[in-house]
Formats: sequence, structure tokens, C-alpha cells
Amino acid sequence: MKYLTTIGLETHVQLKTATKMFCSCSLKFGEEPNTNICPVCLGYPGALPVANREAIKLTVLSGLMLGCTINKHSTFDRKNYFYPDMAKDYQITQNTHPLCLGGGITIQTPNGPKLIRINHIHLEEDAAKINHYGQFSGVDYNRGGTPLMEIVSEPDLSSQDEAMAYLQALKQILVYAGVSDCNLEEGNMRSDVNVSIRPEGQTTLGTKVEIKNMNTFKGIYAAATYEIARQTYALTHGKALVQETRRWDPDANETQSMRSKENAHDYRYFPEPDLVPIALSDEQIAEWRSSLPELPSARRIRMMEEYGIPEYDAGVLADARENADFFEATARLCEKQLGKIVSNWFMVEVMRLLSETGKAIGACALTPAALAELITLADQRVINGPTAKELLPELFEKGGMPKALVEARGLGQVSDTSALEAFVQQAIASNPKSVEDYKAGKKAAAGYFVGQVMKLSKGKADPKLVGELVARALEQ
Amino acid sequence: MNIENLTICTAAEGLRKRAFSSVELTQGVLDAIQQKDGQINAYLTVDAEGALKQATAADAARFAGQDGDLLGIPIAIKDIINVEGQPCTCASKMLEGYVSPYDATVAARLRSAGAVFAGRTNMDEFAMGSSTENSAFKSTCNPHDLSRVPGGSSGGSAAAIAAGTALAALGTDTGGSIRQPASFCGCVGLKPSYGRVSRYGVTAYASSLDQVGPMTKTVEDAAILLQALAGVDAHDGTTSPAEVPDYRAALAGGLKGLRIGLPKEYFIDGTDPEVMVHIRKAIDDCAKAGAEIVDVSLPHTEYATAVYYIIATAEASANLARFDGVRYGHRTAAPESVFDLYAKSRAEGFGTEVKRRIILGTYVLSSGYYDAYYGRAQKARTLIRQDFTTAFKQCDVLLTPVAPTAAYKRGEATDDPLKMYLGDIFTVPANLGGLCALSVPCGMTHDRLPVGLQLLGPAFGEPTLLRVGAGYERLRS
Repeated sequence: MKYLTTIGLETHVQLKTATKMFCSCSLKFGEEPNTNICPVCLGYPGALPVANREAIKLTVLSGLMLGCTINKHSTFDRKNYFYPDMAKDYQITQNTHPLCLGGGITIQTPNGPKLIRINHIHLEEDAAKINHYGQFSGVDYNRGGTPLMEIVSEPDLSSQDEAMAYLQALKQILVYAGVSDCNLEEGNMRSDVNVSIRPEGQTTLGTKVEIKNMNTFKGIYAAATYEIARQTYALTHGKALVQETRRWDPDANETQSMRSKENAHDYRYFPEPDLVPIALSDEQIAEWRSSLPELPSARRIRMMEEYGIPEYDAGVLADARENADFFEATARLCEKQLGKIVSNWFMVEVMRLLSETGKAIGACALTPAALAELITLADQRVINGPTAKELLPELFEKGGMPKALVEARGLGQVSDTSALEAFVQQAIASNPKSVEDYKAGKKAAAGYFVGQVMKLSKGKADPKLVGELVARALEQ
Repeated sequence: MNIENLTICTAAEGLRKRAFSSVELTQGVLDAIQQKDGQINAYLTVDAEGALKQATAADAARFAGQDGDLLGIPIAIKDIINVEGQPCTCASKMLEGYVSPYDATVAARLRSAGAVFAGRTNMDEFAMGSSTENSAFKSTCNPHDLSRVPGGSSGGSAAAIAAGTALAALGTDTGGSIRQPASFCGCVGLKPSYGRVSRYGVTAYASSLDQVGPMTKTVEDAAILLQALAGVDAHDGTTSPAEVPDYRAALAGGLKGLRIGLPKEYFIDGTDPEVMVHIRKAIDDCAKAGAEIVDVSLPHTEYATAVYYIIATAEASANLARFDGVRYGHRTAAPESVFDLYAKSRAEGFGTEVKRRIILGTYVLSSGYYDAYYGRAQKARTLIRQDFTTAFKQCDVLLTPVAPTAAYKRGEATDDPLKMYLGDIFTVPANLGGLCALSVPCGMTHDRLPVGLQLLGPAFGEPTLLRVGAGYERLRS
């Protein structure tokens, strides 16, 4: 019997705001515990929440990037539960009228592109962090009240690989839009994974199991893999599955039951009376829409057409917004036919320097203008390729413009035939053995002479011209 | 000095004329509390030192040329309003010993107007009750008859004014908690429109119904206090950006030409006939003074009390969840687990009525019952609101009794919560509708107990409401 897997993801993403969701406390990561707190995020008597407009904007931007319908009238609700991580003992969230509805992400699968639909995106506040110290536990309310948006997918994912592709695509879009850093180590992106399996041919979904709160892609993959295997084993051995919530234990490499459906919380949701509904005008939404960056998938196609670069190159470049921006700025400063050459320079030389130094393109001294000038100098054979490649690390480290360096140091390529002829004659005269080899049919010996001439010119000779001169001299 | 007959207005006049200083005035209030409050129990705590310090500062400000209607005026504060550095117990064991780390917006506004915080007044625990007998610390007596209740939940504020131990006070009103004690004690009580006054820093009972308001000796004093309190607040998203009018300027208009509506559902059997005599007399007086009396109907009134006790308790069940013993307030000794900490701290910290309402509110929100209770109550609330919208097309204000009876005996209603709930029948609709409402004294029973009449105005209709109140007040004097 073959079993089909169904996965749905609920992904919590921390929004890139300066302050908390309902108060003006800072969101700086890594501060001393309980220093970014106030009566509001500590749930003191009488304190009231005020919704962070920036968080609303970032959620709407995400919705627009993901093709959602924006709810012009959305509301907050209270989700009631007692736990020390929630200062008010209720969480302010959006239960009935979330900010964004519908939408989806197209992922690549071995069977081609596949649309993963999004059910909705809602805005809420994060819980505080509980630290356990042996005999007691401490609550750090610095994280309490952090703006989170929860992106709820439809159960459209059929494997753990598709789940990974969805999360990667989601992360890329959100980072692209500047709504979140999606920094997994800082817990910026956490997912609940809903997994069920059913025998092939069965139309209704199997019993759903929810695995709570995982913050690494690796963990999500491993948990989904474990859970699919566990459920398949149960079904093939005639055991019933129960609807339940489980947790992933990375040390034991297994999921463990937290609570069954019978013991599920009754959250007693009701409309948050302390916050007025969020009303968004068409003009406001249109203004935000016009500020959206191009989606990576659309950018890939456009860059292929605009710069004549292969799909692979366009894909690599479009992956990170900063890199694509740099590439495009450089390519626009070069002759139009140089698109592929610019892409080669960026993907090979620049990306190598980025990976060696661990820097982001925005953090190095190289400018698109400098790179464009360097590529143009090489293309116009003012300098040769090796010289250009030698100059790049310096431009990357210290900045500056290549033309000035070339002039100051006399690095210009020697294309003067008479000067080069002299080097060729010198090389031939001092290597009679190789001349004999060449004449005996070892045509590869020509390369040796080219190398010698390059050395004599201190690397500045135009290698193509040298090749021609050497061949002509040897044939005589 | 004797402060018994002073109002905000006359005290301000005395300060302006330098007939006395704020320090003398404040000392007068403190002395009155010292002398009389042992019998009345209107105050929970009095910070004499802090009050005199504020008074000294107010005197210095006045000497430096400043003036203001509240500069140097002592105001009593209901113990549910946070003032930085002062206790804010909400008359609950849960918050015994709690010191507030911040000022409520209303406290900050009074502070910047130069007012003096005279003391913190007793109340029903977390504003849940109508007699101030649900206080965890003491029950307050009605100064008109010590064997009777002062009303509630702002009973301490009303009793202090009636006893002459306060010139004026702040109360809060979720279902009548300003108006009913004002009526029982013979003072003026104003519940502003929802959104008119910030709730920030006022410990929440029912967020969609709570409002802070003035309790005073005269309508003019109520207008002065409201002027200082009203207006949009960046800390409370439910406050309205609507402009704050000059309330005092509205007082002079008189009754002539105004249409006063009498909702027939408020003139029913069951109201004490002696209360009705005074209400009828007030209606006649208004008519004689040139007001047009109109009969109107608010057909969904009968559902109001039920709707109120569903919505208020639902919101309270969430609002009071934060009292869990983790960060502040009562914490049980040696809990065995985190849930034991919650259960025991709350069992020990909350009184019976608070527990009753939390349980009720939890029930009406629970899965499977939500639609039948909370969902239906919200729909009924919309209908009640619409009733008022329709009625205010036919009249400028509505006139009704405040409560079905005058002040009752202490202990009389405590055993029967339902009976106590029904005493709110005339006051809760204003909160459900977000209206403004005013309680003004209109007579005394044979037992020398005050009777109040209630005026209801549309949301943000305070100027007309105060105009009618002041006009009626002048007829009586």
C-alpha cells in the first residue's frame, strides 16, 4: 500500500520593526533579561495596547508580495490561556478577520512548478522567553510583545522536500521585501508543521498531527521525515493515529506527544475591546503596493531578457536582492552586449571574494561604477584579463576607481606590435630547443613562447596579439 | 478650615482671592477625613504628606502667576486609578501592598492641571458591585444614614463628597458605578461617552464599557473636571479624536426649547413609588421651564441587564487573568507547580463576587456556548444601540430614574446577587450604547435619603447633557 503525505505549515515571522507590537519598547536582540519592558508588555493593571502601524504595513507588504487579498477591515482578538510567557494571560492575535487572505507561493518540484496556496496571514504578539534553571524558571519579557506575523499555508505540500522549498521561497520573498531578517538563529522564523498521511486513492485527509514551534529548516525536515515514517508504520501495522500536538526532540531525533485533541485548550477567543479595528483605504494599500520590490522569480526572467544572461546566472543573481541590485547597476554602466561578461565577473570573482571575506556586497568597498570600469577596460583591451583580476581584490578592499590605478601604475596592456616583436625574437633566440620541437610537430610549444613573452612584458602584453606574433615568427 | 460646603468652583475662587492657600485647603480636607472618615470609611488610604507637597507646589505656582480651575484643588481618587508611587488595590486582597509604577492618563492630566490627590476611595472589589460592600478591606456607609449603603462601585467617592471629606472625586462607571452611588449619596455623577476619557492606567473591569468620570457637588464642577480629563490619548486607541468642546460654556443655555424624552420602558412597575414621585416632579419642573417632553421607546431595554452581565463578565474574565501571582500582587506561599501558583493565588486573592463574574465570563466565552451567549449578547447590544439612535432623533436627552430605589440597608442585597444586578437596570444601557449619562439629585425621601434623576445623551453629547443638568439644578435651588 502506498501512502500519500499531506503537510501544511504555520510559519511565525518576526517583523523588522524598531518597537514592540503594542508598546514602544525596543526590540534589540541579546539585551540583559527584562530590560526592554514597560507596564504594557508586562501586563500591569490598567495598561493598554496600541497597535504598531509599521507592523501592520509590513504584514500588508508581505501579503501583497504573496498575492493575498488585503482585508480593508481587520480586527484583533484575545486568545486566552494561562502561562507565564504571556504577561496578560491572553495573547492579542487576529482570529476572525486577519489582515491578509489567500495568495500563494510557486515552488519548483521534480514534476515542475507547483502552487502552494496560503490560507491567510495574521498579526499577533510573541510570548516572552522562559529560561529554566534547575529548580526554578525565569521569564524574560524582552521578547514578549514582539510583532509576529503568522503565515498559514493550505495543506498543499506533499513531501518534506516541498516543505523545504516552500520555506526557502518564503524566506527569500520576505527578506527581499525587507519585512523580516528571517534570522533563524535569533528565532525570527518558526514553524508549526501539520502532517498527515492517507492511503493512495483515499480522498479525505488522514489524521492530522501538529508538531509545534521549530526554528530550523533542518529540524523541520527531520521532524516531518520522522513523523511521516511514524504514521506510515502505525497505519501499515493497523494502529490508529490520534489527532494530537507533538514536539520535536532534536537530541532523541523523534517527535513526542504533548497533548491530544481531547486535552486541547479552549482559547475562548473574543474580539479585543482595547483595540479599534484596522481600517485600510484603497489609497493606502495602493501606496504600499507601489513600494514593493520585484519578486525574485519575475526578476530572474526580466534579467535574462534584459542582459542576455543564462537562466542559471539569473537565478543565482536574483537569489539575493543586494547581489541582483549590484549586478544590475554594474551591467547598466557597461556596453549592452557585456551582460554575460558582467555576470561572469560577479558570479566568479566577486562572489569568491564575498565568500572568502564573509562580507555582504553592501559591506565591501567595491562600487558598481568601479566594477563596470574594470570590465570595460578589459573589454577594450586597455588592460589584459590577468591584470584586471589582480586589481579586483584591491578595489574590493579599499575602493577607488580602476582607471586611475592603471594609469598611476602603468598597467596598460602592451599592444604595440614592434615592441612585442622584439620580445618574440628574444624568446625564440634564447630557446632554440623549443623551436626545434615546434618544427618537429609539437605545436604546443607555441604556448611556451607566449608565456615567455608575457613574462618579458611583465604581464602587460595582450595575450591574443602575442599568440598571433609567436605563430607567425615560428612559421617563418 | 472648614471645607464642608466648598465646591471646586468656590474653592478655586477662594484660592484666586487668596482667601486661603491650597495647603490650608488640603489640610482642611485631611482634617475632615481625620474627623469623619472613621464612621464613613470612604477612604482606603490617604497620603497626607504627598498631598501637602502637591498643595505647596500649587501655591508656589499660583504665587508665580499661574492659574487654573483645578490648581491647588484636592480631588479624591477611586482606588482603581493608577497614580505613580501610590497604592492601587482596587479594594482587593489581590493587590494589597501593590504600589503603582505609573500614572493613569487621567491622573497625569489632573497632575498637570495642578490638582492635589487627596486620598484613595473605597469601592467594590475591581468595580464589581453596587454597594461598596464587596470591598476586601471595609464597607463604606452612606453619610445620609450610616445603616445604609452608599451605592457602588464608586461608593467611597460618593460618600466622601456627601460626608464633606472631599470637594470632588473621580469614579469609574462600567454599568452605573458613578451614577448610582451619586444618586444614593445626593451628588452629581457624570459618565462620559465611551472614548471621551482615556482608560489608560485605569485597572480594567470591562474594557468596552469602562469610563472614568467626575463625581461632584454641582454640575458646573462636573464640567470643570471633565474639561481636564477629556480628549484623545495616544496610550488608549479607543479614545476619540473628536474635539473637546468648552463644557462650562454649555451650562448657561437653560431648558427652554430642549426636547426631553421619556423612554416608556424606564417607567415601569417595580420602581419605588417614592422615587417616582420625585422623578415626575422633576419632569414637571422641566416642562414648566420650557422643555418639551416627548414620549419615546427603547424596545430592547429588557435585554440590557442580561447583555451587560454577559459582555462585562466575558471581558472581565480576560482582563483579570493577569492577576496570577507571577509578576505582582498576591502570590500564594510555596506553590507546587505553576498551575498551583495560579489556582491558589487567585483563590486566595479574589473575593466571592469577582470569582462569580470570572466564572460567568469564562463560561459565556467557552467553546460551544459562545454563540448562544456572547455572540447573541453582541447582537442584542447592537439593537440596544440602535434603539438610542432612533430615540435621539426625537429628543435631545432622555430622562429616567437612576435606580429603582434609594439607598438600601447594608447587608440587604449581599445574599442575592441577582437582586443587586437588577438594581443596574436603568444605568447599564448607557454603557452598552457608549452614551454619556449624568446623575443629578432631584429630591429626598421621607427617610431623608437622596433620589437622583438620570439624563442620557447621545455619544459626545456632553454639552447638551450638562446644559440640561445645570438648568434643572438651577430650578431646584
